Amino acid sequence: MTPSNKITFSRRSFLKSSALASGGMIIGFNLFNACKSDVKPSIDLSQLNYNDFNAFIKISPEGKVTIFSPNPEIGQGVKTSMPMLIAEELDVLWSDVYVKQGALDNKNFARQVAGGSQSIRHSWLPLRQTGATAKQMLINAAAAKWGVDASECSAKEGIITNANGETFSYGDVVNEAAILEVPENIELKKPKDFTIIGQNTANVDLDKIVTGKPLFGLDYKEEGMVYASVLRPPAFGEILESFDATEAKAIPGVLDVITIGENARNFIKKGYVSWTSIISGTDKVVVIADNTWSAIKGKNAIKATWKKESPLESTESHDKILLDLLDGTKFSTRRSDGNVKKAFAEADKILERTFESPFLPHNCMEPMNFFANVTADKIHLVGPTQTPAESAKVASALLDRDITEVHVEMTRMGGGFGRRLYSDFIIEATDVSNTIKKPVKMVSTREDDMTTGVYRPAIKYKISASIKEGKLTGYHLKEAAINGNMYGLIPNFFPAAAIDNYQVDTANYKSNITTGAWRAPYTNFLASAEQSFFDELAEALEVDRIQLHMDLLENAKNNPEPNIEYSPDRLQGVIKLAVEKSNWGKSKDGVYQGFSVYYCHNTHVAEVADIRMKNGIPIVEKVTCAVDCGIVVNPLGALNQIKGGVIDGIGHTMYSDFSFKDGIPQSNNFNAYQLIRMGQTPQVDVHFVESDIDPTGLGEPTFPPIGAAIANAVYAATGKRLYKQPYMSNMVLEKVVG
Amino acid sequence: MPTFNLKINNKTHTVETDMDTPLLWVLRDKLDMVGTKFGCGIGQCGACTIHVDGNAMRSCLLQVSQAEGMNITTIEGLSENGDHPVQEAWEEVDVPQCGYCQAGQIMTASAFLKSNPNPSDSEIRNAMHGNICRCAAYNSIEEAVKVASKKIS
Repeated sequence: MTPSNKITFSRRSFLKSSALASGGMIIGFNLFNACKSDVKPSIDLSQLNYNDFNAFIKISPEGKVTIFSPNPEIGQGVKTSMPMLIAEELDVLWSDVYVKQGALDNKNFARQVAGGSQSIRHSWLPLRQTGATAKQMLINAAAAKWGVDASECSAKEGIITNANGETFSYGDVVNEAAILEVPENIELKKPKDFTIIGQNTANVDLDKIVTGKPLFGLDYKEEGMVYASVLRPPAFGEILESFDATEAKAIPGVLDVITIGENARNFIKKGYVSWTSIISGTDKVVVIADNTWSAIKGKNAIKATWKKESPLESTESHDKILLDLLDGTKFSTRRSDGNVKKAFAEADKILERTFESPFLPHNCMEPMNFFANVTADKIHLVGPTQTPAESAKVASALLDRDITEVHVEMTRMGGGFGRRLYSDFIIEATDVSNTIKKPVKMVSTREDDMTTGVYRPAIKYKISASIKEGKLTGYHLKEAAINGNMYGLIPNFFPAAAIDNYQVDTANYKSNITTGAWRAPYTNFLASAEQSFFDELAEALEVDRIQLHMDLLENAKNNPEPNIEYSPDRLQGVIKLAVEKSNWGKSKDGVYQGFSVYYCHNTHVAEVADIRMKNGIPIVEKVTCAVDCGIVVNPLGALNQIKGGVIDGIGHTMYSDFSFKDGIPQSNNFNAYQLIRMGQTPQVDVHFVESDIDPTGLGEPTFPPIGAAIANAVYAATGKRLYKQPYMSNMVLEKVVG
Repeated sequence: MPTFNLKINNKTHTVETDMDTPLLWVLRDKLDMVGTKFGCGIGQCGACTIHVDGNAMRSCLLQVSQAEGMNITTIEGLSENGDHPVQEAWEEVDVPQCGYCQAGQIMTASAFLKSNPNPSDSEIRNAMHGNICRCAAYNSIEEAVKVASKKIS
């Protein structure tokens, strides 16, 4: 957590520079190997070529800088913020920087992932070190030209100056710099000297976005490319029995109708993945056409019959199963402090509440799609993926081809939210191209996306607290979830170590409905449950809800063996800031406030929701959001992430519902599934805790707390507690949509 | 297959396609104008919004056979140099997160501001209610419409 300004540049960062044939220099390094402290160089550095790197800086003799951004861009802003880290230490004007998306090269096994809000946190030092190293090499080259010591020279905004006031631009010395030794002891800037980090910096693709230029996977085209629409089983638990493609084949533009499935089944048998087993285990009918519309129309014209292969599950039965699990004994204890059993046995009063959440589809605005061209010597993949390295592995395993034959290029993505961590769409595109021996774009419709998803699993929590003589003595959280359970660090989030007797237990039910990561996995609902519970608990304890949190955080600070992920001080900091900025407790007539605070994804957040009741429906007017993410790299981008996270959280906790009947998803498009719209949004008022601590991510952490802030405000307004999401599920859809 | 003459961004294009093909897919697949986006295919999300005779319309619901003889504008033709006041406002506010829905948002906003250059806050919220932004960049979209309104009026 302490900012370090002097770093010994170790060989594991694989930094290397060279002169370009066209003039200028390129400096490259392997970002994610550089991040992992236990990684040793696995290859002879002298044998490296630039295919081994996933981030580069290229400096031209004119002084223009191209930065290749290594990570997938899903709307979280890293294509802007990660290059900012390099440019800061390189010390160039941001206006001289051109950013390009780096590809995953066929010889590159590094981990380029968008997920878990980790990109900025992991790259904070390595990217700055790279920029600083390049800057030092340029200074060294200038010093050599002048015949002076490098320590007498300095560089700023792309200009190197010596003690006599003489100057060179970076472009003047870049050819000499490229052939110098890579220096090892690099001084990084102190936060007070930052000129790019901390400045509002616009999205690097802004021009292209507002003028409609091709950027996204769905926009990608190649000569001779055909389109594929894939018919998958309508119900989880069903597989293809037979089909008739006569009508489909008669549709103008339809070129062929094929089936795929054998390769995917063999691939699953190898034990390669678990998450695609359901949606890849069956034969699928694929309509190939010379345009997207004919492919979709053709798919809709296929007459298919399906047969049951495994149970056809329903939300009704899931509800019962999960509630039974919560009342049962089949738990794994994930953390246990003190003696919860004893505390509860000795309690005067026990508060116990159950909280429920539905499955949720991701609904990325850009439906799943991918381009594949499988040829004798190469598998070329282009499209939206959060895990390009995984995509390459999956494609090579599917067709039993060497991984070095797979070339993956990332496009900008129309949203990710976790959905594009999975490679089912890559398996399909690769399989189809391999079968028809043509370049192909697999395109899903909204209906395909919503009904053959990798859903956020339905989860229920039972939370209980023991109270003795008016004091909180114990806390017991039980989770019952479909498929997976909360990941390992979560039991160490607040209120761990704040309550002497504390226990977290989890149980799960294995379903054939595919589930996976969804923006802020687990915490997206857990925070709602816990922070709603704390509101009710404060009432039961007859203490102020803010004071209860401050006191519990004091306990955590005083705990000699806390073993926690969060910082009690930083949580207290965001609470104080949110209370101050929201005018907590002093709201206008008819406005009711709800409070919530949460730590996840290394960032601390407190939120206050202001609501007004209108015709019995809560209208969220304003949300005050206090954030401690350490240094704010790009305030403009940060605000977008924070406001987006809060409003996305309001939408999904209040409005979005999803259920299954006999294995079939019950909504398949936006006429039957609600995403939040402008008329339902509040203004989000954001405040940052000023900090010199290394930055953490913002793609996820403002989402989880908002559900409880809303529920607690609704309680303040109506005296009614909300335990089941989406909160508006009992209301008529049209009335809410308006 | 029948052919259709379409007037798009002040140019006439002749396309051969099935008559029920939505204009969205004609634009994207036949004419290489991929700025207009596919989101839902049923007119619910607004990602495919274009102007037809100056009015915002969903190109996923407009069949190519209905589009003949109409003046069609797509995001590519909203301005010569990306300098329509709405595009400029979108840049000033730095609206996009993933950016996928933004062409549709811009087309809705530009048609709306043409008919109502000085809208109230609630008129803006009503006008933009039909366009979904999955990243929920709604605060910025709302602000950008206000910024554009000041530029236009």
